[in-house]
Amino acid sequence: MKQQLAGHDGQIVLTRNEFESLLTTIQSDGYTTIGPTIKNGAIVFDPISKADDLPIGWTDVQGPGSYRLEKRKDGRLFGYNNGPSAAKRWIYPPKRQLWSAVRRGAATELIPSAEPIPKIALIGLRPCDLKAIEILDKVLIGRAYADEDYRARREKVLLVAVNCSTASSVCFCTSMESGPAAKSGFDILLTELLDEHGHRFLLKAGSERGSRILTRLRGKAATREDRESCAKELARAESEIAKHLPTDGIKDRIYEQCESPHWKKVAERCLACGSCTLSCPTCFCSTVEEHTNLGVPSSERARVWDSCFNQEFSYIHGGSVRQTASSRYRQWLTHKLAAWFDQFGTSGCVGCGRCIAWCPAGIDITEEARALYEDKPREQKKPSTETKGPRQREADNGLISEEVVVSPRG
Amino acid sequence: MLQTTTERHKVADPTLPKLMVVERTRRETADTFTMALVEPDYATTMTFQPGQFNMVGLPGIGEVPISISGSPHSAREIVHTIREVGDVTKALARLKPGAQVMIRGPFGTAWPMDRARGYDVVLVTGGIGLAPLRPVIYSVMRNRARYGRFILLYGARTPEDVLFRKELREWRSHFDFDLQVTVDRAPNTWRNNVGLVTALIPRAPFDPNETVAMVCGPEIMIRYTAQELMKRGVASDNIFLSMERNMKCGLGLCGHCQLRGNFICLDGPVYNWDQMGKLMEVREL
Amino acid sequence: MDENHLDFITGCASNVVFQEGEFLFRQGTPVKQIFLLRHGRVSVQAFAPGRGQVTVDVVGAGDLVGWSGLLDDDGARFDAMALELVRAIAIDSACLRQKCEADPCMGLAMFMRVATVLERRLDSTRVLLLDMYAANHH
Repeated sequence: MKQQLAGHDGQIVLTRNEFESLLTTIQSDGYTTIGPTIKNGAIVFDPISKADDLPIGWTDVQGPGSYRLEKRKDGRLFGYNNGPSAAKRWIYPPKRQLWSAVRRGAATELIPSAEPIPKIALIGLRPCDLKAIEILDKVLIGRAYADEDYRARREKVLLVAVNCSTASSVCFCTSMESGPAAKSGFDILLTELLDEHGHRFLLKAGSERGSRILTRLRGKAATREDRESCAKELARAESEIAKHLPTDGIKDRIYEQCESPHWKKVAERCLACGSCTLSCPTCFCSTVEEHTNLGVPSSERARVWDSCFNQEFSYIHGGSVRQTASSRYRQWLTHKLAAWFDQFGTSGCVGCGRCIAWCPAGIDITEEARALYEDKPREQKKPSTETKGPRQREADNGLISEEVVVSPRG
Repeated sequence: MLQTTTERHKVADPTLPKLMVVERTRRETADTFTMALVEPDYATTMTFQPGQFNMVGLPGIGEVPISISGSPHSAREIVHTIREVGDVTKALARLKPGAQVMIRGPFGTAWPMDRARGYDVVLVTGGIGLAPLRPVIYSVMRNRARYGRFILLYGARTPEDVLFRKELREWRSHFDFDLQVTVDRAPNTWRNNVGLVTALIPRAPFDPNETVAMVCGPEIMIRYTAQELMKRGVASDNIFLSMERNMKCGLGLCGHCQLRGNFICLDGPVYNWDQMGKLMEVREL
Repeated sequence: MDENHLDFITGCASNVVFQEGEFLFRQGTPVKQIFLLRHGRVSVQAFAPGRGQVTVDVVGAGDLVGWSGLLDDDGARFDAMALELVRAIAIDSACLRQKCEADPCMGLAMFMRVATVLERRLDSTRVLLLDMYAANHH
């Protein structure tokens, strides 16, 4: 009978009042539900127990270096864009113990970490964040060595995504082909619909696990109107996206620009604070910390998030390879937008815009990428066959460096 | 698609070290020592290729990448030659036989022993860079007939900084191993060469068209050496080098050693000049 | 080099041999000859009070010692000592200087060759100044 309820494409519709049943059903399977909720003036992923914990009637207004919450005129549950923290911290925690060492007499014993892996459901992931998880899978469990903790968390986590109905001014998912509609990678995908047909949610399963949950919900089969409303929601979000990151041939362009004077220009504003790497949903760099316990002959090693903006990041004996902020910004952007293709077959950017909103200096990755992309490659010292005199060439070079000046803060 | 643990045979956590025991230590110079490690029960230990490294650590202190300097033909012990430059290496230097050391590895790519078959083998090295090349020396000496002329050009800061002095004397006695040592400066009792190691390249007796060169030392020394070798006519893809970058995991996961499309710990540290030469010329890359 | 030029220079040259420990020239004494090493190594040394005799360079077959003689007869800045049996061609510096002045074409060819040797030596010296094997570079 439940099969009958679902439409021919398996999509069902829950009314606003029925939405609670989605959370309770997931919880009844033993999942701790983690979802968007307001904390310290921002919408972050945190444990939620009921729909009322969601940022009902709130939205966020974002720009380079700015983020603030505003009341909406309606009662949407997912009427905001995206918060500072991505799903990353729930499946790849900022700190995790690797092992501990206990000294017994002259011998040391190594005890692998036995931190329990929680069974969590991430509710309200945006399509760009889903794409980020797909990328993290390639990085952390798709190669020669795997992060076994990540693998264990990934196997357990239930991903409930929400398509975007709006876009913020820092969003550029359409450039990175990661949104505003999710195509894969979710267990359950929601689209929040709010129009003359009422406030409701279109639900679709993306996995066996997801469809088992959907079949237990008392939803109605989706109608043609529901699907049309859904298309309108997505079209609105797409129409609101104003930012664009050039992608055609970007890898080679960024590589060619490794000696561009533009990096120094960015560094004049960059504080090398690492906010971009912290908020980025795909930045995965980590370091290890050794903790000794005073008075007790034991210690532990922990894996903690690191940032390529830290000077010690590139330390080899004698000093750091990347001493200047410009070289560190170059490292980050070049890895994210270029080297990632060589290493993982994909861009490292999903267009979520967090690095733009959460940069205290308001540095905009799309503007920096475009400046580098459109700038002529720096004149290599090729033998001059042209007829221009040295004076003319100097003027050309001057022009090139003029072009790349980016206005600080749009 | 996400692979599950059951699909992928359960693997030991690669972040978990194994404990080995210091068998013996030996001071090489004022700031460099060699330690041989064995399994607690003298079980057969790891096999490795010349050029590979281990993550060597001590509980509560830390872990550093150190290349293996012993013979690839000894299954009984793992040998590291270590320069005291930081907390971990200084703590390792204080260990006595019987102490435990944490080891993960071996990691990384190897010197091209197979490619060098039938070629003259030229090793150019400076400072602690001789340690990662010592397994190559053992390997060539053991299979001497596989290779053409065998040349080691080694530069150190002063005569007191010369590593493996006893072994160098022994190697020098082999008629089919041409070995030149040079130092930056020396008292006049020093009868060997003085000057940059690259100055030895123009007159070293090898056939540049039939040479595989392996270069290990500070990055700046690698660059000058490669230029000098190419000036003599050695093909750029026959010049191999070992890259040094910060490494925290050895697994290609922590991101510290990422350089363009490479994780040096996984895709390196050994590369040829075609792969790395251009990148080495970009500052702070 | 041009055959005529070579003949011209040969007029100033002679074959010389030094036994191990013998000096080709000493610090402070005029450099009367330029040596083209054919065999054996020569150490270039300076005397530093308190540090004794310090070797700053070792040159070998194919190399040039005493090039400053091409410029003037002033005293040598270093000692040049044979580390083993050394065979060399010694060219009288005053004679060579005169010939270079008499035939500027040959002079240029000569100086270009010397400059090549000096370039390599200067490069090496500059890299040595980096003290690249030092424990840290702060």
